[in-house]
Amino acid sequence: MAPIRVTEILSAVLDESTDGHASPAALVQMCARTLRVGGVGLALMTDEGPAGTVAASDSTALQLEELQFSLGEGPCVDASRTGRPVLQPDLARTGQARWPAFAAGADAAGLVAVFAFPLRVGAIRIGVLDLYRSTVGVLTERELADALSFADAATTLLLHLQARAAGWGVPEDSLVVLDDRAEVHQATGIVSVQSGVSLQEALLLLRARAYTEQRPIGALAVDVLKGVADFRDDLDRE
Amino acid sequence: MAREQRLAQVFVELADTLVDEFDVVDFLQTLTERCVELVDTDAAGLMLDDQRGALQVVAYTDESARLLELFELQRAEGPCLDCFATGRVIANIDLTTAADRWPVFTEAARDLGFATCHALPLRLRRQVIGALNFFSVGSKPLSDDHLAVAQGLADIATIGLLHERAARDQVILSEQLQTALHTRILIEQAKGVLSARVGTSVEAAFRLMRTHARRTGKTITVVAEGIVEGSIDVSRFQPAPERPR
Repeated sequence: MAPIRVTEILSAVLDESTDGHASPAALVQMCARTLRVGGVGLALMTDEGPAGTVAASDSTALQLEELQFSLGEGPCVDASRTGRPVLQPDLARTGQARWPAFAAGADAAGLVAVFAFPLRVGAIRIGVLDLYRSTVGVLTERELADALSFADAATTLLLHLQARAAGWGVPEDSLVVLDDRAEVHQATGIVSVQSGVSLQEALLLLRARAYTEQRPIGALAVDVLKGVADFRDDLDRE
Repeated sequence: MAREQRLAQVFVELADTLVDEFDVVDFLQTLTERCVELVDTDAAGLMLDDQRGALQVVAYTDESARLLELFELQRAEGPCLDCFATGRVIANIDLTTAADRWPVFTEAARDLGFATCHALPLRLRRQVIGALNFFSVGSKPLSDDHLAVAQGLADIATIGLLHERAARDQVILSEQLQTALHTRILIEQAKGVLSARVGTSVEAAFRLMRTHARRTGKTITVVAEGIVEGSIDVSRFQPAPERPR
């Protein structure tokens, strides 16, 4: 069940790094190459909506990301607001009424299909990965699987970068795929109450402790559920 | 209530949820619960294609059903996986004699106290999008009548996911499947939050969430969102006595 593809993507992104840090720029470049799409954009999002572009594979993708923010409309904005993927294989047919200004901008840039994937871990909303294409049509089964794997990799990478930005000193080798077991998500909820933090911070706390204790996050989560592991004083320790 | 009457009622209840923007996970959760009620079985679980080459458990009535399905996925062996791979019904598997076929799964299922299992595909024409699985404590095979109801419920799940009117629309299917996977995680997070706030197990927390959803006419997803956002006041949620097993 291990998401091999996501692990491969993350280690390839890390391999391309020149400073030892995995970069979102490398991820969007690799995504654009692998899927042979016209452009790829990665945006942050908060509960209030989109919160800025993190990386774009080229200037056109960057321009379309920025266009959506300034207009406040577009597939990325909708994906971020609803938490649902927004797949638009034929923007001219289905997007013009929904996002007139954005559709015109995309058309002018020669991009006629957009696929926006929300980067979420349940209630934790992190960002959106946007794929832009210059040809009309749905993603093939293989392309969709790849796109979703890149979205999963981007989710992991953004969580990792946020932990680092919070000054948690997380090493690059902790950049591992999220364990998707129910226990991990349940424990995230429990830790958020115990520590009085958001779900996102709770997930980062769980990952950090699993890393420092050198054990799988799933095992730690089971201990949280049993009440054996406790995070009530965790923030004081920092 | 007569069985026919209850059957009709359940099918109407499920069809009634198939409106625009309906809540996929709430629908699938209700469906698994109705399966256990209407089909002679003890636990049900539902797995969906995650479109990344794997399956994910999206709804289940009992922790034991979830564990078994997870076990199948981790060990890459079991009737649910075979059912998904072939698109064929695998019914009335006697777990006392199934060890040759699925040694690891059979032992795990028997350790959890099950004697029989069944797996039904969620399929539309040639495409299989998931599997509905039943686990029974007793060794009695399902009657044809019960098997037909089970397949009917599996078909309703498929229709719900494909949203009927857009049956050929891959875009809608992808949006539904991916949203269902995200929603499942949200519900697990909310179970954790509620269990810590009320001081109960995550299983009991889920029952409280289901009760609250029914009482207020909200979907399980809306209730889960309200709990993690703090917009639902959980101070009045009383832990119910643990269900006798």
